[in-house]
Amino acid sequence: MNKIFNSFEEAVSDIPDNSTLMIDGFAGPGGTSQNLITALRNLGSKDLTVISNTAGLASVIGFGTLPGKTPVDIGILVENHQIKKVIASFPVSPSPSRPTAFEKAYAKHEVELELVPQGTLAERIRAGGAGIPAFFTPTGVGTTVSEGKEIREFQGKQYVLETALKADYALIRAYKSDKLGNLIYRGTSKNFNSVMVTAAATSIVEVDKIVNIGEIESSLIDTPLIYVDRIVEIKENNER
Amino acid sequence: MKDRLNREIIAMRVAKELQDGDVVNLGIGIPSLCSQFVPEGKTVIYHSESGVLNYGPMAEDGLEDQDLINASGQFLAPVDGMSFFSSSDAFAMIRGGHIDVTVLGALQVSKFGDLANWMIPSRGIGNVGGGMDLAVGAKKVIVAMEHNDKNGASKIVNECTFPLTSKSCVSLIVTDIAVIEVVREGLKLLECAPGWTKEEIQSETSVELIFAEGIQEFSL
Repeated sequence: MNKIFNSFEEAVSDIPDNSTLMIDGFAGPGGTSQNLITALRNLGSKDLTVISNTAGLASVIGFGTLPGKTPVDIGILVENHQIKKVIASFPVSPSPSRPTAFEKAYAKHEVELELVPQGTLAERIRAGGAGIPAFFTPTGVGTTVSEGKEIREFQGKQYVLETALKADYALIRAYKSDKLGNLIYRGTSKNFNSVMVTAAATSIVEVDKIVNIGEIESSLIDTPLIYVDRIVEIKENNER
Repeated sequence: MKDRLNREIIAMRVAKELQDGDVVNLGIGIPSLCSQFVPEGKTVIYHSESGVLNYGPMAEDGLEDQDLINASGQFLAPVDGMSFFSSSDAFAMIRGGHIDVTVLGALQVSKFGDLANWMIPSRGIGNVGGGMDLAVGAKKVIVAMEHNDKNGASKIVNECTFPLTSKSCVSLIVTDIAVIEVVREGLKLLECAPGWTKEEIQSETSVELIFAEGIQEFSL
């Protein structure tokens, strides 16, 4: 089965309206599938639910961004009115005087937000990929994020029940893939990518390089091929 | 107006709390400055929820790498012995009790050690990030912050009025005028900034402080 696609547009072309997507972007451009996000913007699918650490920061702050660059993130999908809901831990600009597109849309009630602590977000995604429907965590007990959720005591300490997250599609940024879809990530760009890739029905990955089978040493593979459905190589003139 | 200590001095005082071998996670703002003040001879292992352990100095100008950042978005230098992992591993380390100390900023800290650091209610929206996980998961939570807000109000309060990050999690508060320990009986003043008396610090604080035996000047 050939997983290699020649263009980002082709790789995202079947994403319909009302889809749920997982898109990494801890915050900066490292780890963000900038070219797949751009292709999805061009495709124009609407009413998307996006699960991501942030709701797009690149247009207002240069978090983890090399000098002189303005990277792409899911902020362009917000600006293009494609998103109806974001599930995130860091949804707004750290600086209230420079609001993001998401914060402006949220103030106008054009988008919904489900705010999730970052560790709970990661674990909900991990659980989604691992067949665990829900789990108890100590994070958020006694705060607004646990309101309306079941609280249970284990060994004298309180925990809140959190449910798994799954997606129709994941847009993933990895460093290298072999032709079978075995992935490795680079540095801190692994963070949410290697979790999200496991929790979507269809995972689409952009990589710096597609290499021959055997060129990535088997014991160093981060993501085994079963999690990967489509691979696109980033070309010279694409976003990096 | 009396002089208050600057952000670097606050960070320097916090750094003194870090023990040899501690695994430490630093939050955004003043906490992120602490790493530059760890005394020679102490080895501290830094963890960041961006998915890196055992990082060292920041990257030099011109050598920044967008795949090498901490959770404050600072570029890290590549050093031997650092490791990278997923977000679920990063938070397993936090919730699983593998982090000795976290240093966090705060909007309010209560006399019970409750922490509020993610949302100013008037904004109506805020960034939780990894703060709630760190506050419940790290073995010790140190708050590094300015003692008073921009309008002069005490950020140390009897009860937090801002949305909570976590209940009774803070054990030490280091501000620009005082070092305060959270104890069962309340908040105990340990150290005053140079030129400040304990009564003057009390007048800037809306919680009645316990005056410890032998309150000292800030020790750096």
